[in-house]
Amino acid sequence: MEVTEQQRTEQQKRAGPGVPAPALQGVRRAPHARQKPIFQLDGVTVSYGRKPAVRDVTFDIGENEITALIGPSGCGKSTLIRCLNRMNDLIPTARVDGKLAYHGQDLYASGVDPVEVRKRIGMVFQKPNPFPKSIYDNIAFGPRVLGMKGDMDEIVRRALEQAALWDEVKDRLKTNAYGMSGGQQQRLCIARCLAVEPDVILMDEPCSALDPISTGKIEDLMMDLKRRYSIVIVTHNMQQAARVSDRTAFFTVELDEEEHRSGRVVEFDATETVFTNPADSRTEAYVTGKVG
Amino acid sequence: MTARRVKGIAFQGALIGCIAISVLLLGTLLFDVVSDGSGDLDFEFITSFASIDAEQSGIQAALWGTVWLMVVCAGFIVPVGVATAIYLEEYADETKWWNRMIEVNIQNLAAVPSIVYGILGLAFLVRGPISLGPVILAGGLTLGLLVLPVVIVAAREAIRAVPPSIREGSMALGATQWQTVWRQVLPASVPGIATGVILALSRAIGETAPLIVVGAATFIAFNPEGLDSRFTAMPIQIFDWISRPSSELNDYRPLAAAGILLLMLLLVAMNSVAIWLRNRYERRW
Repeated sequence: MEVTEQQRTEQQKRAGPGVPAPALQGVRRAPHARQKPIFQLDGVTVSYGRKPAVRDVTFDIGENEITALIGPSGCGKSTLIRCLNRMNDLIPTARVDGKLAYHGQDLYASGVDPVEVRKRIGMVFQKPNPFPKSIYDNIAFGPRVLGMKGDMDEIVRRALEQAALWDEVKDRLKTNAYGMSGGQQQRLCIARCLAVEPDVILMDEPCSALDPISTGKIEDLMMDLKRRYSIVIVTHNMQQAARVSDRTAFFTVELDEEEHRSGRVVEFDATETVFTNPADSRTEAYVTGKVG
Repeated sequence: MTARRVKGIAFQGALIGCIAISVLLLGTLLFDVVSDGSGDLDFEFITSFASIDAEQSGIQAALWGTVWLMVVCAGFIVPVGVATAIYLEEYADETKWWNRMIEVNIQNLAAVPSIVYGILGLAFLVRGPISLGPVILAGGLTLGLLVLPVVIVAAREAIRAVPPSIREGSMALGATQWQTVWRQVLPASVPGIATGVILALSRAIGETAPLIVVGAATFIAFNPEGLDSRFTAMPIQIFDWISRPSSELNDYRPLAAAGILLLMLLLVAMNSVAIWLRNRYERRW
């Protein structure tokens, strides 16, 4: 395990930033067998107050896949992804209808503890949000609050290695995380998320605040991580969805009778299909850049 | 020159005039106090007890009384004020009427005259249900009640200044709300809270009226020995010296001026710490 990990990073280093490791590229291009579903959404509608933000979403998200949610602003893709780990619970007016199952279990059933859910389903946000603490303490925070057993130094090192950040920061673990570059901060947030050993990683536009080189590094990282984790990513960047994801859901914005905007899924398919041979004309117009 | 330009200059002149009035007033007062009191403000003044003989009189008992009061006051306002602020910022549902009522009441309490707090302290702490008597504990708690709204408002602002992304990041890792507040939000807002507490204490340190109502003694020649000691405080000692008839032989006025100077020095020191804290921990996000 340890060896392959190292070989992989070596391989990435040779390939340089922004270029996915060649072996993985082959995997992605291969025709898809459906993976075992990890999330099953059935008629999921999320509303703020009485107004739905995204309506009637039905699709399955597969294990060890990268699923991209794309679509114009206001189509509810961020809203939807925040329901997958019950982060929307923090907004008092948010409401989820329909059925949202995780490993077959209803996420919104009355006995489900949202804290337990978030432990298993990690999240990386749009803007890097390291805690105002040292790099070490940023990583150690999750394992500490969850009371994880084991050598903390080892947990921190493993998380940073998985996030391909160890070599860059190993000599300054005790310095404040705010001294890192934006891209490093975002990888720190990914490492922080990995430290609590989640099952799924949700990424809400993780690269929108980053430059292309940092973005490339994070995309490489995602390709690497999907062997062990399932990843759901919201992105505004078409090329990013095309590069990294296995499946893509395309959302549009619809206006109802009262001129209220809400999102709806137009198409959900293998990324290859969505980008080269979309079934819906709206998808085609969007992915080819005719409408933004 | 156009009329517009004249108006502009006239306005600027008026502004400078307003500043000049306040600066001159303050300057005169300061000059007056310094010229009266600087001669008496020495080590002996700080280490002597109050006496009928103005020559031998000092502020030691009042100084220690004030220190004790501030410790009690801080011990009360820090936990209660911070807890209230945490509740209002992190837990309270703003759409519920009782939470809105608490908020409005706290804002109103900040504007209640201090003597009213003195009456409250007298009725509930000194006598009445709690009946502590006119002791340090009662005085400190009364001052604490008086400045509690200041601390709550400052702590709420400090807590609100912690960006929501920090809370989200913490919750997303599976931390509970309490863990998020205790390990992320509070540590990040400590400088702001500390600044608020110091500013509240520097308001409390100069309060006279509520302490008089609560029953602080005007003449005491011993230091407080515990929470149940009778006490006096610096503003009360100053008030006492000013209100005494002075003669050629026994002039209490320089003593009052020296007391005022000492109180002002304490205030400046406390406010400097507050400013230093604020600058030292400039917002990092």
